[in-house]
Parts: sequence; structure tokens; C-alpha cells
Amino acid sequence: MGAIAEGLRRVFELDSELWRIVLLSLEVSLSAVLLAALLGLPLAAALAVNRFPGRRGVVVTLNALMGLPPVVVGLLVYLLLSRAGPLGELGLLFTPGAMVVAQTILILPIIAALARQALEDAWREYDEQLRSLGARGMQAALTLLWDARFSLITAVLAGLGRAAAEVGAVMIVGGNIDGVTRVMTTAIALETSKGDLPLALGLGSVLIAIVLVLNSAAQLIKDAAQRRFG
Amino acid sequence: MSASILPLTLDNISYSSNGQSIIDGISLAIEAGPSTIILGANGAGKSVLMRLMHGLLAPTTGRVRWNEPDAASLRRRQAMVFQRPVMLRRSALANVVYAMAVAGVPAAEREAQALTALDEVGLRQLAHRPARVLSGGEQQRLALARAWALHPEVLFLDEPTANLDPAAVREIETVIKAFDAAGTKIVMATHNLGQARRLGDEVIYLQAGRVMERAPIEQFFARPATADAAAFMKGELPWA
Amino acid sequence: MGLICQTLLVLALAVPAHAQEKFITVASTTSTEQSGLFKHLLPVFERKTGIQVRVVAVGTGQALDIGRRGDADVVLVHAKPLEEKFMAEGHGVKRYDVMYNDFVLIGPRSDPAGVRGTKDVAAAFQRIRAARAPFVSRGDRSGTHFAELEIWKLAGIDIASDKGPWYRDTGQGMGPALNTAAAMNAYILADRGTWLSFKNRGDLAIAVEGDKRLYNQYGVMLVNPARHAHVKKEMGQAFVDWLISAEGQTAIADYKINGEQLFFPNAGS
Repeated sequence: MGAIAEGLRRVFELDSELWRIVLLSLEVSLSAVLLAALLGLPLAAALAVNRFPGRRGVVVTLNALMGLPPVVVGLLVYLLLSRAGPLGELGLLFTPGAMVVAQTILILPIIAALARQALEDAWREYDEQLRSLGARGMQAALTLLWDARFSLITAVLAGLGRAAAEVGAVMIVGGNIDGVTRVMTTAIALETSKGDLPLALGLGSVLIAIVLVLNSAAQLIKDAAQRRFG
Repeated sequence: MSASILPLTLDNISYSSNGQSIIDGISLAIEAGPSTIILGANGAGKSVLMRLMHGLLAPTTGRVRWNEPDAASLRRRQAMVFQRPVMLRRSALANVVYAMAVAGVPAAEREAQALTALDEVGLRQLAHRPARVLSGGEQQRLALARAWALHPEVLFLDEPTANLDPAAVREIETVIKAFDAAGTKIVMATHNLGQARRLGDEVIYLQAGRVMERAPIEQFFARPATADAAAFMKGELPWA
Repeated sequence: MGLICQTLLVLALAVPAHAQEKFITVASTTSTEQSGLFKHLLPVFERKTGIQVRVVAVGTGQALDIGRRGDADVVLVHAKPLEEKFMAEGHGVKRYDVMYNDFVLIGPRSDPAGVRGTKDVAAAFQRIRAARAPFVSRGDRSGTHFAELEIWKLAGIDIASDKGPWYRDTGQGMGPALNTAAAMNAYILADRGTWLSFKNRGDLAIAVEGDKRLYNQYGVMLVNPARHAHVKKEMGQAFVDWLISAEGQTAIADYKINGEQLFFPNAGS
């Protein structure tokens, strides 16, 4: 307990460096969530609404990809973005851009799989009515997506949680460069490996606090919206 | 004025699901004019028959034919109200506007026509309320407003008042009568005999997926052709 | 599909736009970064040239691998045989000595192998093996790991075949390995810099130091632009030149922890 208190004190001494690390963590993870949602939610809606041969296989694969180990994703993205790799020309390795790419790949299946489940449940309610009105295909999927927007918050939050918490992928593709690609999780890993456990605990407490605040805010929005819109 | 989409002709249609036969060889024609009531006990196949006619289900064998070759046009000119209304998470007005948008009504005209439809069902003052917080009766009236805004030729209703209290039932029946008066063909499934008598002109009596009888309403009530129909009417207590 | 990929990548690029074009990437080792040297040294260079130096700190093996792939402009490590191999393979332009620091043999104050105060590190290793005292190895192809293996060789011990449960091959960086040693009360070879900054010491202290064979030589190389066209050769060379210049060497010598100098500049010696 005392270690946490001391850690928090040291953390706030870090001042500008701490803010830079916190801001970068938020930038990277929120960007990844945004990209993954832009790609994953329409994918989830398409899967929920359409029936086609092989659909079962796609759903099962998507669910399985939720368990992608972050460090493996990091390694694969590293090989892709390295100068010696196919996308080396982009010069993305060891920049925050690479971290966003890796995290997007990591959380896309999470957001898509959880959203698909929620949307499929919702589709059972809306299916007949929407078809009766003549909405089909893309139009029906988008209507469903918008109507289910509050239950999708849960899927998006799950993705955000995973992104904010992971260290394996961002460590490998970002390189934990001081002032450039150091985020909360890689900073914690570094301080732990230096043996500076109080500081690591302090940073960890800040990270947990941030995640709690984000989750609470999202829950409040969800509750307020449900009261308002039914 | 384009040709009517009626008559709707069912050519020996059957429907089965999971090995169960639900509709067993029905052939009939629905003409313009008299309000048609589909009557039958629970499990007779009324809901499935309604969905086959409306196009939500495809028959396993046989054909459903309308007098309109263009599928999109056909879709716009018939509407269905379900036992449980399904509203989008938006205002009552927005729900009606949505239906019109899907049907291709020009944007500039949607809101005004939607408000008129809400007027027709007495929901004008609730126009901006979130649709999903409305009561069951209000939501069903909203479903009718949504259908009204599209001025369909045929209106299918699948047990529209089964879940409502008597006051709400009366309100819904008033709107249905208004549809009828405006020239919309009514096809309604119900097991409420009193309602059938109040709203219907002819009856199609269904049992175990087959049409057992089709007759003008008073004739059916006075002299049902089958023993089964007679038993059905004795068993069902008509609401006032 | 291709368009989607491109859009994705453009978005990812645009998003955190810290991109400042005037920077170089230096691949170095975890122990060097954790010693705090870069925090002290790099601002001096950056103020003078305006070039931001981004250090990716990994194990020596990986640092050289990063150089081979062309993902860094400069490599700064401390494993001369491996550096010479790197040069022989044509990945570097020229290798310069920069500085040295030393390794120290850390052990529990209770000293089960009886090596405290010895000046001969090879003899100390022999005594540790004889006593089967717990010993933690980094086991991660790092400069420190190679130095440790060298000393076993000098002690006449074939550690690969001779190790028992007393020898723990952890595959970790210097800090985590020290954590493990502190938890196990074991002997461990560490670089002085990481040891001085290490806070979780438990019962551990320096057991053996000063043996010349514990000196750890650092070398710097510009990654070969002939092999990797995009290497920032002017800025990278500027950094290399500065490190071995009088100003750079003084800055290195000025770095102290608790008043103690860690790194001893020896470019051009």
C-alpha cells in the first residue's frame, strides 16, 4: 500500500513527461478504437444481417481471432513494417502510426465479434419489420447499426480496454522510444525491469484510473440514452 | 392512376419448416373491395399465411402472384402491421419519416405527410416523443400511421390488438375502419370474433394449414360450414 | 481491398502527427538506456544540431538485427565480436570505439561461494560452480550474456554442458534478471550502470569488481547506406562524429550516478 502511495507521489513529480505518456497512450488507443470500429461495425452488421454459404466459418474464425496474442500481432506487424519487409517504404516502424496499426489489427476482431453478437440479437427483433418496409441489404444493416448504437458501446469499450492494456504489440512495433513511442504500459514495463517498482505501481494506478473513468463515462452515456430513447 | 396490384392469387401454396407442414395446399384469390378476415385457432397457420401473402416468407411449393410485376413497386403498395410493433430508436415522427424514406418519397414531402398520418391516428402531440417509450396501444397506432403515410393498396394486419387493453383495441379498430373507408384493402388475421364481425366483410376460416371455409361474414357466423368452425366459435368468447 | 489498406495506413499515419522529419533512429541496448546515459547525453547533441535522436533499446542481438534490416540509422552496442561480424557482412560503414564501462559480479552478502573481494573473476566463477551457488544468467544473446559466457570459458568451464539447477538461464533483460537474482539471492553478472540504478537490491551487493576482463567496450556504427538507401547518412554520421569528438567524449565522462562515473570514453585510443 505504501508503495502505491509513494509511487503516485513520484508519478506526479514526472509532470510533463507523465502527461506526454498519458496523452500518447490515449491517442494511440483511441485512434485504434476509431479505426477498428469504422471497419468492424459495418462488418459485424453485414454478418448479422446476411446469410451466405460459409457464414458459420467466418463467425467462428472472427470469434477465435479475439484471442490473438498481442505479442504475436506485434511481431507480424513488425515484419510487415520493417524496411526489410513489404511495407517498409511507409517508414512507419518505431512511430506511433505503427502502434495504431498493430492495435487496430488486435482489437478489430474483438469489436466485430462482440458487435455481431449484439446485432444478431437485435436483428431477430427488427428483421421482419425492416423487410416489410422494404429496407434490405446495406440499408437494413445501417439502420440496425444505428438503432443498436447503445448496445454497441459495450463492444467498443471492450476493444478500448484491450488496446489500453496491452504492451506486447506496442513494445515491439513502437520500440518504447523515450518521448516518441513510450506509452503507459511500456513505461510500466520499463520501470519494472529497472527495479523501480513504486514508480511502476504509480503508473499502473494512473492507467487503471483512466480506464475506469472512460468506462464510467461510457456507461453513464449508455444509461442516459436508454432512459431517453427507450 | 396505375392498375391495382390486386388480385393476389395463391396457387396451391404449401409451407413447411423443420419438417413440419404449416400450410398445406392453399389456393385462393384476394380481390379488391371487401375486408377479409383470416380466422382460426392458434396454430392453424394464420401468421404464416399472412407472411406468405406479404412476401416475408417464400412458399415451399406453389406460387404467390400479384397483379404487379415490379417487386419494388409491389413492396411500396402493400404494408403490414404486426402483433408486436417494432419501432426504431427515434421519435414517433422520425419512424414514420423513415418508412417514407425507404419507400422513396422525396425528402421535401416527408415530414408534412408524416405529420398528417400522425394526425389521422391521433398521435400528433406525441410526434417528438421517443417511439419506444410509448405505450403498447400508442405504438400500434404509430405502426398504423407509418402504414398510412405510404397510402398502401393492401394492408395486412396480424392480430394487431391481441396484446392491447379494450380501450386501445377500440382506438385501433377506429383507425382500421378509416383505412377501409379510404379504399385500402384490409386483410386481417384475428381470433377475436367480435372484432371480426365489427371490421370484416368476409371470412377465410383456416384449420391445420388448410382453408376449410370462405364465406361472407354473417353467413359464416350464422351457419358455419364445418363442425370444427362451429366448435371454434363456441370456444372463443367474443369480446364486446 | 488495396484501397482499404491504403486508406487505413494513411489514416494511421495522419493520426498521431508527431512526425518531425529531423531525427535519426539509433538501435542500442537496454542496459545502456537503463543506465540513464541517453537522458543525459542526447539533449546535448540535440541542442547543438537540432537533430532528435530516437533510441530503440533492445538486446544486443536484436539491436544488430534492427541494423541489418535497415530499421535504424546508427547502431551502438557493446559486443565487439558481433560488431565485427556486422561489419564483415557489410551492414556498417565503419566501427569506432566510443567508451567502456565495466561489469560487476553481484552476489548475496551471505556469499555462499566465498568470492567477495576477489580480484580474479574467473576464479570466482570457478568457486561459484564448485559451491553450486545459485547463479542467474541473462541468456538472451545480449552483450552482458556474451561477456558472462566468455568468463566461463576463461574459467575453463563448459557451462553449456556443465550447468545444473543452480544455473538459471532466464532469457531476460538486465533489470528483470536482477529482480530474479534478488528474489533468489543468487550471483549475477551485471553492468555497473544498471546496478547503480537498480533499486530492488534485497540482500545483493557487489562481490567482485575491477578485473580487466570485466571491461565492456562500446562500439558505434553507421548503418551502411549502400545496403539501405533510406538511411539518414548525414545526420547519422553527424551523431557518430559527435560521439567520438572531444565534446561528445566529455559529455560521456560527465555522466555520474551518485557522484560515480559510469562510462569511460576511449574513442581513438
